[in-house]
Amino acid sequence: MKPELMKRMVKGPDGLEFEVEPLRDYYCEAPPTVMPAAYGKIVEDLFNWARSESIWILGFGTGCGAIEMRPLMTPRFDAYRYGVQWRPTPRQANLFIISGYLSTKTLKRAIRAYEQMQNPKYVIGLGSCTINGGMYWDSYNTIKRLDDYLPVDLYIAGCMPRPEALLAGFMDLKKLIRAGNGEGANQYAENFAWYKENQKRVIHDWDMPDYNW
Amino acid sequence: MDFDWMKIPYAFLTVFIVVNYGFLMTALIQKIGARAGRRYGIPIWQNYIDMIKNYSLRSSITHGVMFYLGPVFRLSGGVGLLLFVPTIYGSYMFSNFSFAGDLILALYFVFFGTLGMALGAGESGHPHAAIGVSRGLSQVSMAELPFAMAVFSVALQYQTLSVTDIVAAQQGGMLHWTLFTNPIAVTAAMLSFLGSMMRPPFDVVIAPQEIPIGPPTEYHSSYLAVMQTNRAIFPVAKIVIYMNLFFGGATGWPELFLKVFLLYLFSAFVGVCFPRFRVEQSVRWFLVWAVPLGILSIMVV
Amino acid sequence: MAMKELYARLKALFPLGELTEQRKDLAFVTVPAEHLRATILHLRDKEGFTHLVLLTAVDWLEEGRFQLTYLLNNRQRACDIGLRVMIPRDAATMEGIHDIWPTAATYQRELREMFGIDFPGSPRIEEDFILEGWNDIPPYRRDFDTLKYAQENYSERPGRVTHDPETHMRLQLYPGSKP
Repeated sequence: MKPELMKRMVKGPDGLEFEVEPLRDYYCEAPPTVMPAAYGKIVEDLFNWARSESIWILGFGTGCGAIEMRPLMTPRFDAYRYGVQWRPTPRQANLFIISGYLSTKTLKRAIRAYEQMQNPKYVIGLGSCTINGGMYWDSYNTIKRLDDYLPVDLYIAGCMPRPEALLAGFMDLKKLIRAGNGEGANQYAENFAWYKENQKRVIHDWDMPDYNW
Repeated sequence: MDFDWMKIPYAFLTVFIVVNYGFLMTALIQKIGARAGRRYGIPIWQNYIDMIKNYSLRSSITHGVMFYLGPVFRLSGGVGLLLFVPTIYGSYMFSNFSFAGDLILALYFVFFGTLGMALGAGESGHPHAAIGVSRGLSQVSMAELPFAMAVFSVALQYQTLSVTDIVAAQQGGMLHWTLFTNPIAVTAAMLSFLGSMMRPPFDVVIAPQEIPIGPPTEYHSSYLAVMQTNRAIFPVAKIVIYMNLFFGGATGWPELFLKVFLLYLFSAFVGVCFPRFRVEQSVRWFLVWAVPLGILSIMVV
Repeated sequence: MAMKELYARLKALFPLGELTEQRKDLAFVTVPAEHLRATILHLRDKEGFTHLVLLTAVDWLEEGRFQLTYLLNNRQRACDIGLRVMIPRDAATMEGIHDIWPTAATYQRELREMFGIDFPGSPRIEEDFILEGWNDIPPYRRDFDTLKYAQENYSERPGRVTHDPETHMRLQLYPGSKP
């Protein structure tokens, strides 16, 4: 663990010595809670329709599939017509696309970004490496099954799928959200201990809090 | 002092009309920018859907009181700017809360929202927000300077601080507009207009490709929805002031819609043609081109 | 021709092995570890090989040695020379050339993490390079079984079938064997 994250005594500017433990002091220690739909059916249907028509993707290209997301911003495929936008910060994003192979180093950052997104949030696994390891099925560094570590709503198969396949995947995701099945965040909160144990088994240098609010 | 209670529902009506017009017009301007890039762009009603989606998010993280108040300040700046100037000249219903000194109040409210936002973004604790805030404030303070000088010049020209009187002096045909009676002040103000609309070439603060997003980095769900609502109101309110001061005001809603759209389109035209300036380049640009015009306009009037 | 002349000049100064010419502009030569630095400095200063292309390693498991390959490029004459250095495999260590070319520090970090070859004094050599929290032997070594490691540490999705002809024939001819 980096030295600035360890528990230590710090001398303040006024000379007072106090103890600081960054991973506990600066983060909330509570596990995530299940947040069910708070309103009746009609309102929740309206909300699900709005969520499906305005999907904001986190602009984090985790693997080689990021190259398939770029053409969607160009005039030829134009994903903006579908209400899809790319946002640079996980606070404002709803959809996290894991594009391609996921090494354990990236998995740590992906978990951190995923946990900072707000409920309800969705995950798409792009490419065959998220399904069963793909081309890197015997690699010591990549994970083989994405849904052991993050709750996945949709897989798009291919190595890499073409941008038209991604657009078809977005349409499927919209149908899923509108049917009320986009509850990955609640699934993560319910099985939090299981997901966390899987994550900690492959990430050996865990220097984050258990849940990154 | 007697207060006219009838003005309150009329104020709500004005805000309602302007919010809807702002949502539709900003989406239309984005579609025009997209057509300039040979694609179709977002649907016209996308802003409504984004707002409903942001309100419908089930969780939100707060960083403290000032973080919560940041978007509130910004929205109150936008709504205040709209309500304290006469929207439709000559109409009792829509001249809202304008009074004799509302020109100075308008200058204050234009800057008020940015300051509140800066405080809120600072409390979020994100380093990107702090960088964005320092860039944004330095750019906006330099961009406001020519506008303030143009406003002083116009106030000196018409010998009044009330926007209603300034609009009244511009009635009677297009040649009575300040655009033709005091063109130097209008040029300085239009250059400053480009700077404060946060479009290229001056959008280094808010562009998603820059330090990701800048001040609104930590803002999400309901906070972001409030800020997006302000994104619709504030430009319209500012353009209403420009229209009243320099372009003859509006005597009816269709005229207001048309003039606001054309002025917004002016900044969009410049925006699609030019790349971004860095902050020090834009500060230098304003100092070299816009501020001398402002000083000249005060001296000449 | 130019490579043979270069080799003759170098052989007069340093004890070198045989020259292997792979192409007209690419040749490899083996250098003893204690003469490597002098050879590199001579090549850089006097012969014009000023560009370090790469520094990589080969694992000769059966002989118990690592081979470090330093590939140098002469931009004027557009030819490459590769210097092979053999070092023992246990407690592999070599002096670094990061003061000659600063970019060698990155290659040396990679070799330390992936092969376990130490370069004392190289900047940031102790830090994790690509593998964070690695708890096994350095993975590029040939005695590291990557398939076994992957099967033990990462759960797999069931249902993977193979259409490999060798497996298919083996299952046909010897029905009881493992797929």
